[in-house]
Amino acid sequence: MHELGIVFHIMDGVERVAAENQLAKVSAVVLELGEVSGVVPDYLTDCWKWAAAKSELMSGSELRVETLPAVTHCDGCGADYPTVAHGRTCPRCGSGSTWLLTGNEVNIKEIEAY
Amino acid sequence: MNQVRVIEVKQSVFADNDKRAAALRGELKERGVFLLNLMSAPGSGKTTTLRRTAELLKDEIKIGVMEADIDSDVDARAMAAAGVRSIQLHTGGMCHLDADMTRQGLDELLAEGGVELAILENVGNLVCPAEFDTGAVKNAAILSVPEGDDKPLKYPLMFQVCDVVLINKTDVAPYFDFDLDKCREHIKMRNPSAVVIPICAKTGEGVDAWADWLREQIAAWRN
Repeated sequence: MHELGIVFHIMDGVERVAAENQLAKVSAVVLELGEVSGVVPDYLTDCWKWAAAKSELMSGSELRVETLPAVTHCDGCGADYPTVAHGRTCPRCGSGSTWLLTGNEVNIKEIEAY
Repeated sequence: MNQVRVIEVKQSVFADNDKRAAALRGELKERGVFLLNLMSAPGSGKTTTLRRTAELLKDEIKIGVMEADIDSDVDARAMAAAGVRSIQLHTGGMCHLDADMTRQGLDELLAEGGVELAILENVGNLVCPAEFDTGAVKNAAILSVPEGDDKPLKYPLMFQVCDVVLINKTDVAPYFDFDLDKCREHIKMRNPSAVVIPICAKTGEGVDAWADWLREQIAAWRN
C-alpha cells in the first residue's frame, strides 16, 4: 500500500527533526499535500494512526493534512492553469507541452511538540 | 499543561530518500556496479525479458537480479533456472521499493562478489515505483502491446522517469489496436529523451537492440 510507505517516510523525517531539536513527544505533524501528489489523505491519516501508535515519540499524535493547489504551466502560450480541472492539455491554446508548476508536494510543514 | 513548541520543517518527505538514493549511486560507481531499475505493470513481461537479456549478456558480464514482489518466489526461481544469480525481496504488502530497501537487497546480492550488472525487478505497478528513486543508474519501463498505446498518457510519471521504454509482445500486435507510432508520440510528449525499443521477449525479436543499449550504458558508467 502506497500511503503506508509514505507514512514510514514521514515518520523517519519526524524522528530526525525530533533528534535534532531534542523533542521527547510529538503532538501533531502538519503535512502539505499537493492536489495531484497521488496520495489519498484519508488513507494517509488512517495509516498514521496505526503506525504512529507503535512509536514512543509519535503515539497519539495527529497528522494534519493541508492541501496545496495544483497549477500547470503551458510552454505554448505561457498560461498557468488549474491542473485538476484541465489536465495536461492547456485550456487556452490546446498545447500539450505543459508541465506541473506545483501540486505534487508531500512536505512536512511543521511539527508540534511538547 | 506544557507549552507546545512548533518546529518549522518545510521539507519534502522524499528528500531523505533522494539523498540515500544519491549516496547509493555514488557507492555503486566506486564499486563498478551498474544498477538497473526495471518497472512495468504486472504481466508486461519483466521476468521473460530478463531471461532473454541474461541469455545474451551472461557470458560477457556477471548479472545479479533482485525480484521484488509482495509475495512468492516464482520470479527468483525462474531466474535461477535460467542460470542467473537471483534473490527474492518481499515488500510486505508495499507497492514499491525505496532506496533503503534496494540497499538491503543489494547487500545480499553483492555479498558473493563479482556482480557487475545488478537488476532490480520492481513491483509490478505503473504508479508508485515511479515516485521513489531507488538509487539505480538507469530506469527502464516495459509497456506491452495488450496494455494499449495510451498508457504514457494515463501514467505520465512512469514514462517521465524512464531512460528507456521497451514495447514488449510485438508478436501479438495484429490482434490488438496498438499503434506503435502513436505510442512513440505519447512517450515523446512526456519524455523527449526516452529511448524506445520494440521487442518480443518470447521470440527474442528486438532483444539485441536492448542488449546493445545496456552494453553502451554500462560502458559509459564505468568510465
